[in-house]
Amino acid sequence: MIDFGFGLSRSSAVRLDEVDLSLYKRLEELEPQVRTCIGCGSCSATCTAGPWSGMSIRKVILNLQRGRDIEKMLSNCMLCGKCTMVCPRGINTRHLILSLCRIYEKK
Amino acid sequence: MDKVLIIGGGIAGMEAAGQLLKLGYEPVIAEKEDHLGGHVAGWHKLFPDMMDASALIEQLASKLDGATVYLRTRVAYMNRLKDGYSVMLSNGTGLVCRAVLIASGFRLFDAAKKEEYGYGVYDHVITNSDLEAWFNGVEDFRVPENPRHIAFVHCVGSRDLKAGNPQCSKVCCMTAIKQAIEMKEKFPDAEIWCFYMDLRLFGKKYEDFYINAQRDHGIHFVRGRVSEVGEDIDGRVVLKAEDTLAGTQVKLKADLLVLMAGMLCNEDTATIASMVRAAVDSDGFMRSRDNIYRINESNRPGIFFAGACTGTKTVPETVAEARAAALDIHNYLSGND
Amino acid sequence: MIYEGKQKIWSDYQKEIPDDHWYFVRSCIRQNFFPASERMFTEITRNVLGKDVHETPYHTTCGGIAYHCDTIPHETVMTIVARQFSLMTEAGYENYAASCITSFGNYTEVLETWHEYPELEARIRENLWKACRREFNKPKYLAHSSDLIYKWRNEIAARARHLLIDRHTGEPLRIVEHIGCHYSKMFPSKGVGGAEYPYVLCGMIESWGGQVVDYPERRHCCGYGFRQYHVQANRGYSVSNTHKKFESMEPYRPDAIITNCPGCPYFLDRWQYVIAEQTGKTYGRNGFGIPVLTYEELAGLVLGYNPWDLGLQLHQVAVEPLLDKMGVEFDPDAKYAGLNKEDLLRPGLPVNMKCF
Repeated sequence: MIDFGFGLSRSSAVRLDEVDLSLYKRLEELEPQVRTCIGCGSCSATCTAGPWSGMSIRKVILNLQRGRDIEKMLSNCMLCGKCTMVCPRGINTRHLILSLCRIYEKK
Repeated sequence: MDKVLIIGGGIAGMEAAGQLLKLGYEPVIAEKEDHLGGHVAGWHKLFPDMMDASALIEQLASKLDGATVYLRTRVAYMNRLKDGYSVMLSNGTGLVCRAVLIASGFRLFDAAKKEEYGYGVYDHVITNSDLEAWFNGVEDFRVPENPRHIAFVHCVGSRDLKAGNPQCSKVCCMTAIKQAIEMKEKFPDAEIWCFYMDLRLFGKKYEDFYINAQRDHGIHFVRGRVSEVGEDIDGRVVLKAEDTLAGTQVKLKADLLVLMAGMLCNEDTATIASMVRAAVDSDGFMRSRDNIYRINESNRPGIFFAGACTGTKTVPETVAEARAAALDIHNYLSGND
Repeated sequence: MIYEGKQKIWSDYQKEIPDDHWYFVRSCIRQNFFPASERMFTEITRNVLGKDVHETPYHTTCGGIAYHCDTIPHETVMTIVARQFSLMTEAGYENYAASCITSFGNYTEVLETWHEYPELEARIRENLWKACRREFNKPKYLAHSSDLIYKWRNEIAARARHLLIDRHTGEPLRIVEHIGCHYSKMFPSKGVGGAEYPYVLCGMIESWGGQVVDYPERRHCCGYGFRQYHVQANRGYSVSNTHKKFESMEPYRPDAIITNCPGCPYFLDRWQYVIAEQTGKTYGRNGFGIPVLTYEELAGLVLGYNPWDLGLQLHQVAVEPLLDKMGVEFDPDAKYAGLNKEDLLRPGLPVNMKCF
């Protein structure tokens, strides 16, 4: 193989029909409410850890829906529960995070 | 008894005719198609109650005993008289009436104009209206037998300057969600994807539908407008969009693509308006005297509006407007103004 | 795919192309990349079809390449374009044909800009007068040279020696058509067939007996992207875009690709080598790449010209498999012979892609 000093870049495009949704599907079983997320961002706006660590529940849910890994982001949560207070769809986000931790533990 | 000409025999014209009969007038409906009921006649079920569209049409039709209905008939000309209008219909019928109700409705955006979506080019691309026809039992080779992925694109020909229609068509978001649920019920194993720019769910029970679609049917909503559609070697449609919430390009191979074609002013609007010198609005629809209190009234005496000829309307809005227009006409003709 | 649906769109985007008397301008780079293509254009139009195609050695770049690389402002480009038009005016022509897609896009953009802002046109006329005492008329008709070959495609077909038919199977050859971005993406109505389903090359393929391949990434850029390639740090984006196209067309097993842009055939051809050397993957059959031709080269093969006179030996991807399918006779030993029949030096061969 020749090194040209440049190479193929990996496309960041997500193939919706091919992504691995197994983690998300398991979360759906444990937390059916997660389906009703509308991505409004209230949770992330109020997140204590967010501005310093990049933690965002909205992104955690969306990334799972797009087959991406979220373990690192998850570890930044401080479980304060503020996000649960503001969710307009009544999703118990704190509980959802704990469920996710269980899923990751089993993985 | 006064004759009232009603231009258009869709749900607005039908409801207004029924009400005018009750008020003691002689409504004359001129409908250009060969059936009454307009677009709704081709629809399957109506949100938010999932009422059969045919049941609504039957109900409206049952109140038309005594009304004169001319099908396949257009207005050839209308002339202003001192106190009313002299009208000639395309079937040769002439009449004189003091009031005219324009209920000429809308036309569906021609989805083929959005060339990038490949309607009429790719094998599995249909519109909202095609899907309703299919629900009604019309055979459609474009709908596959066991779809694994079905995509809906909102705002096709709506909120789109280049497509010539900057307005929101209002009903398509709800229609997409309704149809997505119906498809999920028919194909429980299929993943259903709605690509939207904004979800505009303003009406009674609409948000319930949305939550229901998410929670009970697992329908996926992706915020982003589909920009390009291709076809792969197996005949599946390949969609490109941005998931604007995730900030990433997404691609989907779907077995069926449904385009939510928007509502435009009817092509006859300008012709009808010019016959009586009624004003046409900047969006191409008829211009009401105002958009708050006198939506049913035109700027010309004796010319009234009902339904989607003045802008995009839902079915209940159209029916309510038709009733209001009948009352306005009654007040006008009996000098109660 | 519903063919009638495409036909309807094609009929919506037909442009008026006069049948004769064209003023022709060359591309900055095509003569280096595909040296016989423009030569073939004048050969076919003048000597085969008997058309009046005029050119002058005094014309320059249109400025498009520098414009798209962000090195000169648009006002400079417009003044260069004005000078080109003055040469056409002096030569007594009204129909202007550009060999380069970016030039064609550039001329279209300048004419549209002047149409929208007449005061700008007046200023450019003044610039040109001050700079070189020249005046000009705007062309009555502007075309890309592929528009002309498209227009005369059936006349070429009538004189065809080799059709786009696999002589071993009798089946039409599967041809990918690739349109340069600047052909009609900016101004869809200026291209034959519009921007979503351009017909200019499809028309040639169909007329010459081939079958058009429509694949999901058909509309995607070849990967050149000017700055994407010219800035070395971005070069990976360039080859990645090309890679995306090849991955998308691969299942259709195309026999060849034809293009109407200076950059596209170059990158679709050369990047196949780079992809092969980096990943080991080739897209043609039996370890070959997919031959990439300009439309003039393809027209030349159809008309029976010697492939080595068409400069096909300068392609990276071996064209021999295509020649074989079309039944074009060629002398393998003459591939690297100069015009004086003397043997030129032979290029090194790729490791992962079969070449001769």
